[in-house]
Amino acid sequence: MNKRGPLFALLLSFTLLLSGCSSLTVLDPKGPAARTLSDTIIFSILMMVGILAVVYALYIFMLTKYRAKKSNEGYEPPHEEGNKWLEILWTAIPILIVAVLSVVTVKTTVAVENVPEGYENQEPLVIYASSSNWKWHFSYPEEGIETVNYVNIPTHRPIEFRLYSFGTISSFWIPQLHGQKYAMSDMITKLNMVADEPGSMMGRNANFNGEGFAHMEFEALAMSSTEYDKWVQDVTETAPELKEDEFKKLLETAHVGRMSFSNTHLEFSPPPSEDHHHGGDVNGNEEHQDHKDVHPDPATTEETEFDSETNVDPNEPLPNFPAEESPNHQHDGH
Amino acid sequence: MKWDEFFVTGDPLIYGAMVSIVLVSLAILFGLTYYKKWGYMWREWLTTVDHKKIGVMYIICALIMLFRGGVDALMMRAQTAAPEMKFLTGQHYNEVFTTHGVIMILFMAMPFIFGLMNVIIPLQIGARDVAFPKLNAISFWLFFAGAMLFNISFVIGGSPDAGWSAYFPLASIEFSPTVGNNYYSLALQISGIGTLLTGVNFIVTILKMRAPGMTLMRMPMFTWSVLITCVIIIFAFPVLTIALLLMMFDRVFGSQFFTMSNGGMDMLWANLFWVWGHPEVYIVILPAFGIFSEIISTFSKKNLYGYGSMVFSMVIISALSFLVWAHHFYTMGQGAMVNGFFSITTMAIAVPTGVKIFNWLFTLRKGRISFTTPMLYSLAFIPIFTIGGVTGVMLAMASADYQYHNTMFLVAHFHYVLIPGAVFAVIAGFHYWFPKVFGFRLNEKLGKIAFWFIAISFNVTFFPMFFLGLMGMTRRTYTYSAETGFGPLNMLSMVGAVGLAIGFVILVYNIYWSTRYEPRDKTGDPWDARALEWSTPSPVPVYNFAVTPQVKGRDAYWFSKKNNEPLSDEKITKIHMPSNTGKPFILGIAFFFLGFFLVFSWWIPSIVAGVAVLIIMATMSFDRDHGYYIPVEEIVQTEQKLRGDTV
Repeated sequence: MNKRGPLFALLLSFTLLLSGCSSLTVLDPKGPAARTLSDTIIFSILMMVGILAVVYALYIFMLTKYRAKKSNEGYEPPHEEGNKWLEILWTAIPILIVAVLSVVTVKTTVAVENVPEGYENQEPLVIYASSSNWKWHFSYPEEGIETVNYVNIPTHRPIEFRLYSFGTISSFWIPQLHGQKYAMSDMITKLNMVADEPGSMMGRNANFNGEGFAHMEFEALAMSSTEYDKWVQDVTETAPELKEDEFKKLLETAHVGRMSFSNTHLEFSPPPSEDHHHGGDVNGNEEHQDHKDVHPDPATTEETEFDSETNVDPNEPLPNFPAEESPNHQHDGH
Repeated sequence: MKWDEFFVTGDPLIYGAMVSIVLVSLAILFGLTYYKKWGYMWREWLTTVDHKKIGVMYIICALIMLFRGGVDALMMRAQTAAPEMKFLTGQHYNEVFTTHGVIMILFMAMPFIFGLMNVIIPLQIGARDVAFPKLNAISFWLFFAGAMLFNISFVIGGSPDAGWSAYFPLASIEFSPTVGNNYYSLALQISGIGTLLTGVNFIVTILKMRAPGMTLMRMPMFTWSVLITCVIIIFAFPVLTIALLLMMFDRVFGSQFFTMSNGGMDMLWANLFWVWGHPEVYIVILPAFGIFSEIISTFSKKNLYGYGSMVFSMVIISALSFLVWAHHFYTMGQGAMVNGFFSITTMAIAVPTGVKIFNWLFTLRKGRISFTTPMLYSLAFIPIFTIGGVTGVMLAMASADYQYHNTMFLVAHFHYVLIPGAVFAVIAGFHYWFPKVFGFRLNEKLGKIAFWFIAISFNVTFFPMFFLGLMGMTRRTYTYSAETGFGPLNMLSMVGAVGLAIGFVILVYNIYWSTRYEPRDKTGDPWDARALEWSTPSPVPVYNFAVTPQVKGRDAYWFSKKNNEPLSDEKITKIHMPSNTGKPFILGIAFFFLGFFLVFSWWIPSIVAGVAVLIIMATMSFDRDHGYYIPVEEIVQTEQKLRGDTV
């Protein structure tokens, strides 16, 4: 009468896992951040399988040995209050396991929040990924170009995605490069990642945000830096310019295909933490409030955990914008 | 407002639902009239303050809600069973998963647990009723009003469509302009008041009304779990009530607490919601732990192993449950340090939970285990819940959660926790305590067939979702393309869902079958069980105990049977009981209309209904009803009839 279903399922899961992770996107990383996460996941699975094995072994033993049979009719089970040492044992061992997992968690969390190891000295390529119902806008301030629903990135170069939203909370996710992070209307969040091999990857919004959510996908295409430069040049030369009123219309359109533009919307609809009018009181500026539907007011959040002032990071100069500076202005490095 | 805006139109599924609602309502009205049961309904049920009857009403509602939420679940599985299905539209799918979540947690799991609490707690502690019987009736009718208000949304005005967590700004009037989320905020506020009152009521009941000799550390484990649960309720529910109130102001009165402009903070909603939402998980899981403790101990014929550490671990869990809410949004970008803190507190919960698992396993050790239906559910709980628990630890690791968050992996995890943890528990408790309330057992054979259907189908439905999550399938996705490769596993999941549905149908059929054919139990103690509720005859007389039992230790009834000592040697005296009252029912109706009118912002009717609510509450506070006494002769007669002997 044992409950064997989960056991079989578990075995099945392992055969599947071992037979190859290629269909399990999350365990098929194409960059260091996702690789850290994939390793963490596999490590935790192995640890958990160990725990399950102990519990299941005890469980099967108890159920087979102590079930009511004809032969033990009249058997009077003893009165047992408990056992101090056993109880200490099965408190202490889980504490140890949790301690190990805590160390792993904190280390890997710090690792994936930062620029991946080995790439710290390179200047990251900054891409603003902003979401609107139900599209992704990718702005490349450095190159002065913008795309919709696809993002091309060079391999072996750290990419810093800066995320914000023109409305609902969405979650930016390219599972083969990194885990997800929310894009919200009133702040900027950052994701650091590197692609270490070229190829096309699925990217999408992971956080439910209404009717068109299921289709809010984009393609992330990693390519060598020469190909990337060529693509940037192509877009700069051939793509149309994005005008403010067109952009407003675009924001209101629910679903569009891929688009490319030879400038960025940041020029006329800046993420306001970069705009010194709005320093300090994020919500008090009336001029900004009037345009909030189109011009959200994200303030940067650096990793200042307990810091309620989301706006200011004294140690880091805020990046400027091509709109206000020369078009070739280099980004302030990190 | 036009009529075609008022009623939801255009979907054949919803027309079908409307027709069936009308038919069922007519059938109930006709049946009550034809069999002349109006008076009976009013006297015995609508006005009752008897904790057992209130409990039964909670459980009936919970079963109906289980059906409603289950149909939602089947619709979701059907829509995602194959790529590009055209069964539901995106909007309809969004409403269906939203109501599935809200109904299953708030209108199925909670009332089912409240039902069992109501029936059993006063019996387990040797009391005549709860501390505040009239308040208890108010709790029930407010829950009922909230549940009905929430359920009519899908035919009148449209259901909420922003997920059961209703994140802002998605749930704001700007992105969700239908009245759906008004229903959400008002229905949950009304039933939430009921829940809060239940929490207060049961804390007082358990602390003040225990039989003489029953110290805290002699209480049955279910009573302990309910006490701790009620403490969580009175800390957690006010947070929800306030959050919902602010939500209502945002949506109905145009305030800007959670909007994108004028200082609104969307993530404030997420924080408030989960400050309530995570303890809420333990509100449904802790009583389940209590139920399993009772059942495992009874059917191993042993006392519960490690009683002290069982209690202590529940206290630790309840404290930790308030320190983990941010793990629901590690991906909000609050940085590695905050995430690290919440990871550690979350994983820490695994320690007391593990202690409980081992204590249950050691309760089985050296026992004599009989595999009755309630015991089968309790035993299936252990391995399945452990999978839920270890995947919970995996999700607790913030870094890894960046990959699991919002995916089917998470969906699989919480179903692996909540279905064995809450649903198996209430079904087990339902089978276990059914003879106490109705005087006969549910059929064991049918019960076991239903169990195997449910336990196996559950794994078939939800285990594939772990893989779907790792493949990159996000939750709440109503459709996907064939290239994603999600198809086969979703189809498997659909097959499991059908199996689950069959299991539940057999379970309900078992109630019908057993009512007609199952032999009646004369002993009052059909399972040879241990706690005080089994010492009184079944079905339990209105006064519960003819004489209040005297408790000398844990498992008081077990030892009184074993040592052949009666639980009390006192004489029967007249018993003071609370009188019935119709006011809680009327208050519930008034609250229903208040909520309904506010949903549609119909101000004048809202004000009228609001005034009615105040007047009813005012008249209640001037009630001078001191209850009534049951004379000794009547008690003696009842006891003779029920026990078939003299007392």
